[in-house]
Amino acid sequence: MSKQRAAVIGVGQTKYASTRGDVSMAGLVREAAYRALEMAGKGWSDIDAVVIGKAPDFFEGIMMPEIYLAEALGCVGKPILRVHTAGSVGGSTAVVATSLVQAGIHGTVLTLGFEKQSESNAMWALSLPSPFTTSINAGAGGYFSPIIRRYMEYSGAPELIGCMVALKDRQHALNNPYAHVRDKELTFDKVVESPMLWDPIRYSETCPSSDGACAMVLSDEAGAEAHDGPVAWIHGTAMRSEANNYGGRNVVSPKASEDCAADVFAQAGITNPRAEIDAVEMYVPFSWYEPMWLESLGFAEKGEGWRMVESGATNIDGGDLPVNCSGGVLSSNPIGASGMIRFAEAALQVMGEAGDHQVEGAKKAFGHAYGGGAQYYAMWVVADSKP
Amino acid sequence: MSGYQQDPKIKPTALSGEVTMPAAIGAVEQVQSVRTPIAIDYIATPGASLSAYLRGMKQKKILGDKCPVSGQVFVPPRGVSPVSGQRTTEMVEVSDQGYVESFNVTRLPIKSRPDLNPPYVSAWVVPDGANVGSISLVAGIAPEDVRIGLRVRAVWKPDDELEESAANILHWEPTGEPDFVLDDLRIIGKPGGQQ
Repeated sequence: MSKQRAAVIGVGQTKYASTRGDVSMAGLVREAAYRALEMAGKGWSDIDAVVIGKAPDFFEGIMMPEIYLAEALGCVGKPILRVHTAGSVGGSTAVVATSLVQAGIHGTVLTLGFEKQSESNAMWALSLPSPFTTSINAGAGGYFSPIIRRYMEYSGAPELIGCMVALKDRQHALNNPYAHVRDKELTFDKVVESPMLWDPIRYSETCPSSDGACAMVLSDEAGAEAHDGPVAWIHGTAMRSEANNYGGRNVVSPKASEDCAADVFAQAGITNPRAEIDAVEMYVPFSWYEPMWLESLGFAEKGEGWRMVESGATNIDGGDLPVNCSGGVLSSNPIGASGMIRFAEAALQVMGEAGDHQVEGAKKAFGHAYGGGAQYYAMWVVADSKP
Repeated sequence: MSGYQQDPKIKPTALSGEVTMPAAIGAVEQVQSVRTPIAIDYIATPGASLSAYLRGMKQKKILGDKCPVSGQVFVPPRGVSPVSGQRTTEMVEVSDQGYVESFNVTRLPIKSRPDLNPPYVSAWVVPDGANVGSISLVAGIAPEDVRIGLRVRAVWKPDDELEESAANILHWEPTGEPDFVLDDLRIIGKPGGQQ
């Protein structure tokens, strides 16, 4: 049984900010959904189903918000499905929505991820005391910084590679009007001089806390062909997960990450990712994850990812593999939407709709998300032509 | 004006310039909000393995679960092996000495530990006899001297203060032994970088 073809025909994002005090959660998701419908040339009545994702309910303290958001998303009387895979959820949500189209169940699906971090406290929601372990972990940075230290030690990477990534992504964000962190005055020295929060991670090397939502309209082949405008054809989707606490786990490049990348590239017929992919949107909440994922995903040899950063290969200005032209998670982080933003920005690149951060002539792009203790992975490959 | 049955007919939003709200949804009244912090207190009920682990803690013993398939030992024990998915049937005592698998120097105050003054070392400590580490406090050494492979031992609360809690281990301190050499060639899968 072969899958049916599916494509992105609309993308909508909100302006990302530390506090979107002008809108409620319902207003936030509606804004993104509205823009995606605009681009798709569709109305609410054209949508067959909604697939929504966000980070744990615990963040905002609202149980099952998808239920009360159904009306804001024009979903009364239609199926709504919530996906939950921690920080990777935006990516997984898009993958689940795609599968509904590929399976022939629905012809037009609205998919959306959101977070309103201003109404939550994600850092401490991730640091709950328990009687079974020592309660000294300070948020996600506390968890990931020792893994980054392992990478730095084994790769022998120069210690300021992370600062280069941080500056590059923030410079990319200057070309994205939706991005949260847009600091025209930022310099490499300022990045380096920023205080250490979880040594070896500086404040400047971490993602912000953002409010925001991102939406996409996915269509079957007939709908995409009839669409008056650019589309992004989906060439492959993959998800993997694994436990985070077994002996001998490769914490720097978990097996689930490598398996997921191998799967999605095989589906897309890609044998040399670095040569064949024109733009990458990768989930990099802490700067060092760019070289780490470049290696894990097969864009660089093991231990060599930092050399791509150092040479400028991942910069939109002159690089052969531009990474996070939107500014990435380091510039906007509404957690539940962050993965979907990666997928949506990859789609915008092959649609030629990425505006001032467009990679010239991009034909194939890669979207990536991860979550939990680097346990959940979601990836897709999109292109400007049919698979 | 902006009812959700209305079909939008506006041109796609260009990704350049400034972001403005679409007219159909931009004219609505700004939302009013009120901040009402909520909290949940809950009682955690440990299963058989964690109960044994907590009782062991009161006797200054660290107990782990052994995977019946791989032989790997997990601390704290959960009663199931994350490697094989099999229920574990054997508990083993692991050492209260071990090594630092990796670490950070945290320079933020942490809400659940107001007694802890930054900077402090948050480390993955792997006890001898266990196959995984857990996040632990390393003290009794300057943060800049901590390194991957550092040998450490548990510092326990005084005997008359012991409870059924992992908090009985106040922190881990250096033993003074030679560093443990991590086999990163096996774990990371790559010949080393710059030496």
